[in-house]
Amino acid sequence: MTEGVSTAHHAHHELGFWRKYIFATDHKVIGIQYGLTGLFFMLFGFGLVLLMRWQLAYPEQALPLLGRLFRPDNPSLPGGIMVPEFYNSLGAMHGTIMVFLAVVPVAFAAFGNYIIPLQIGAPDMAFPRINMASYWFYFVGGVIMLGSFFLPGGAANSGWTSYPPLANIATVGQTAWILGMVALITSSLLGAVNFIATVLQLRAKGMTFMRMPVFVWAELATAFLLLLAFPPLEAAGVLQLMDRVAGTSFFMPQGLVVSGQPVQATGGGSVLLWQHLFWFLGHPEVYVLILPAMGIVAEIVANNTRKPLWGYRSIVYSILFITFMSFIVWAHHMYLTGMGTAISAFFQATTMIISIPSIVILTSLVISLWGGAIRFNTPMLFALAFLPMFGIGGLTGLPLGLSAADVHLHDTYYVIGHFHYVVAPGTIFALFAGIYYWFPKITGRKMSEFLGHLHFWPSLLFMNFVFFPMLIQGLAGVNRRLYDGGLQYAHAQDVLILNKVMSHSAFALALVQLPFIINLLWSLKFGKRVNENPWEATTLEWAAPSPPIPHGNFETIPQVYRSSYEYSVPGAPKDFTPQFQP
Amino acid sequence: MEIPYTTEARPDTGLYNGKFGIWLFLASEVMLFGGLFSAYVFLRNGASDWHAWHEAAELNISLATFNTAVLIASSVTMVMSWASLKMNQFGRYRMYLALTVLCGLIFLVVKYFEYSAKFHHQHYPSTNTFLAIYFTMTGLHGIHVLAGMVVNTYFLGPGAKMWRTEPLRLTNRLEISGLYWHFVDLVWIFLFPVLYLL
Amino acid sequence: MDAHHHAEAVRKHVWVYVAVFLALLVLTALTVTARSMNFGLALAVSVALLIATVKGSLVAGYFMHLVGEKRLVYIVLAITAIFLLALLVLPVLNLHDGLVGTGTGPWSP
Repeated sequence: MTEGVSTAHHAHHELGFWRKYIFATDHKVIGIQYGLTGLFFMLFGFGLVLLMRWQLAYPEQALPLLGRLFRPDNPSLPGGIMVPEFYNSLGAMHGTIMVFLAVVPVAFAAFGNYIIPLQIGAPDMAFPRINMASYWFYFVGGVIMLGSFFLPGGAANSGWTSYPPLANIATVGQTAWILGMVALITSSLLGAVNFIATVLQLRAKGMTFMRMPVFVWAELATAFLLLLAFPPLEAAGVLQLMDRVAGTSFFMPQGLVVSGQPVQATGGGSVLLWQHLFWFLGHPEVYVLILPAMGIVAEIVANNTRKPLWGYRSIVYSILFITFMSFIVWAHHMYLTGMGTAISAFFQATTMIISIPSIVILTSLVISLWGGAIRFNTPMLFALAFLPMFGIGGLTGLPLGLSAADVHLHDTYYVIGHFHYVVAPGTIFALFAGIYYWFPKITGRKMSEFLGHLHFWPSLLFMNFVFFPMLIQGLAGVNRRLYDGGLQYAHAQDVLILNKVMSHSAFALALVQLPFIINLLWSLKFGKRVNENPWEATTLEWAAPSPPIPHGNFETIPQVYRSSYEYSVPGAPKDFTPQFQP
Repeated sequence: MEIPYTTEARPDTGLYNGKFGIWLFLASEVMLFGGLFSAYVFLRNGASDWHAWHEAAELNISLATFNTAVLIASSVTMVMSWASLKMNQFGRYRMYLALTVLCGLIFLVVKYFEYSAKFHHQHYPSTNTFLAIYFTMTGLHGIHVLAGMVVNTYFLGPGAKMWRTEPLRLTNRLEISGLYWHFVDLVWIFLFPVLYLL
Repeated sequence: MDAHHHAEAVRKHVWVYVAVFLALLVLTALTVTARSMNFGLALAVSVALLIATVKGSLVAGYFMHLVGEKRLVYIVLAITAIFLLALLVLPVLNLHDGLVGTGTGPWSP
């Protein structure tokens, strides 16, 4: 060991390519791996939905351009025209990929890995090798999910919720889905253990809990959600795997008849059981998607209003309260399963209660703007747009939480509009904000403001043109899973035209992501060089050089002397007083 | 730069990283088995003829009781193995750890005979919902036993070399491995009455 | 606490481990015996789960050293216990409060 210490520092500079970039244990490299892989999957998942949107706007017409690639005997797209099974696959995989392979990895794992150790003043994560394993489990899960498209019958096509009995009798892609989910759950379990241990064990001297940035609090809470909510889904996955492979009937009711044929199964199971186990994860998962986003937005709002965050403690306690409550609201997804009034009253009450802390956080962030000298740079624009967009997403959720209103709205496009407002112009805008904000820390260069504006304004516009019409269609009663977008239904005729509006907006939305991709690549090489604290921010990550030192981050671990957002302190020499300044 | 508190406890939490990490992992394991127990309770409450299924399965209670005793014994040897390291008795550490692995092996061999007897009598997971949950829960538990045996065998062989360089760290590692092993024992303590006796 | 002192404390623990081991064996015998008494279902479940909980507490408390563990571990386990309770109880409550089923279960013929 004594020999080890003297050579350890030296050895770090001689890590080969594989140890440095592929099987890396440095939290920053792993964060970037997560980020790039997650962004790839986000683009891929977006691509899947573009195919769906073509089918919805122009049902059973050949895809333009791309369609010519497919022969008439292609099983999914004969002659470029989509078959219903393939449409279902796209829907199921869009949801799965966006939630488990894109947004969670970027919001929780990528930002968390890169930023948390820097913000709490740690040299690395608590368990670097487990961290590496976490990324590679995620990678394997992603490969299984992508590979499942090439299986006979295609990828999973029973919705991202995989409800039995449909999922039980689905093609082999569903089995791949379960195996992929097991890998992803393992990955998030390892990540969650690591994050919690890091935040509690590796905080720098002086970094008390109430001095931690909101982002760290948000990630800590998220890690607890992943740690405790995911395992029941793993249990459910094991049960479904048994159903599919060993012929058990955990989720198969007695006497099930499919297409006129009795299903060969002993029966005695319950489809409700799956829904309970799935939504026990599924609802906390919603907060896994939104809490890191709130954390990112809080950092950027405080920095660009140049004043302390309003209600720091309220925000922190709200995050903790959300985490706790999110475990006992899940059955509001199941009002229409024949649930009795007493139990649905319970879940209605908890659902209404959990909206309170979300509103407290949002209100605190809005009040933080009051009287600030706001800098409208690109990260701040995205963060500002997050506030009303998440607001719409949250408020449209309230009718869904009331069982009487849910009778009408359940499984309509209204639901799709609601949660996409939360996740797309909500969380994904926050992720963009985070990328623009922390890019200088990762590369030492700023991203182009011009391209940033070119990315932001049209994105904001088209996001709303994609998702707002969904709310209208949903109120008209259009079901969310229709292959033809409602063409055959009399009640959908008045709102059919909106399908074209949404689809063309979605194509335009894809187009205006180009400035972002160009900006990301261009700024890597030609972005304006900046010092280690270009935003004049107060939190600890800006004490490290840009990029931070491999395996260790800081020249010397800083000590923390004050709370996280001391902007414009009266009498201070500058309008920001960093946490590490005595 | 070294990561702090890998071996020494952090003063304000009183824990070293690994110990806190394993408790977090075990918390998640509680929820994993909790999901299965929840499924058991749910299915049993909704079933019309659970008792008939249970009777028809003809589970061997004496073998399961024996296995319970074996697993409890392995927990004692595990904790003794860790205590031996604490008391600087490396030889006894190896003996106790070897006994722990042996107990795990006996448990799995008994389980193998139980499973074969079931298959011999045409009792498969697909036969009825009781057998389905019986095979799923004991199977998942068996995988956990196997994983613990792999880890402990490692500490019996190559992993034990650390005693010469970093004795404190090896002791910590064994404590962590022990916590996992006791947890697996604990799960069985609940599985035994739930599946065999009730 | 120096290393030598610690070793002394561990030596005393060894007797505790042996005592817990014996208690666990006795309780195992007890729970098997209780089964042959042919209690009603409710009583049988209560007795079996009570004994299992005592056994589990002994393992967790002494083998896993949860007695005298740090506060942080207690907090994590307390949170887990609450969520576990929700996971075990709420689905069954739903089962017994369904519009389509009564106590015998919604899917029984």
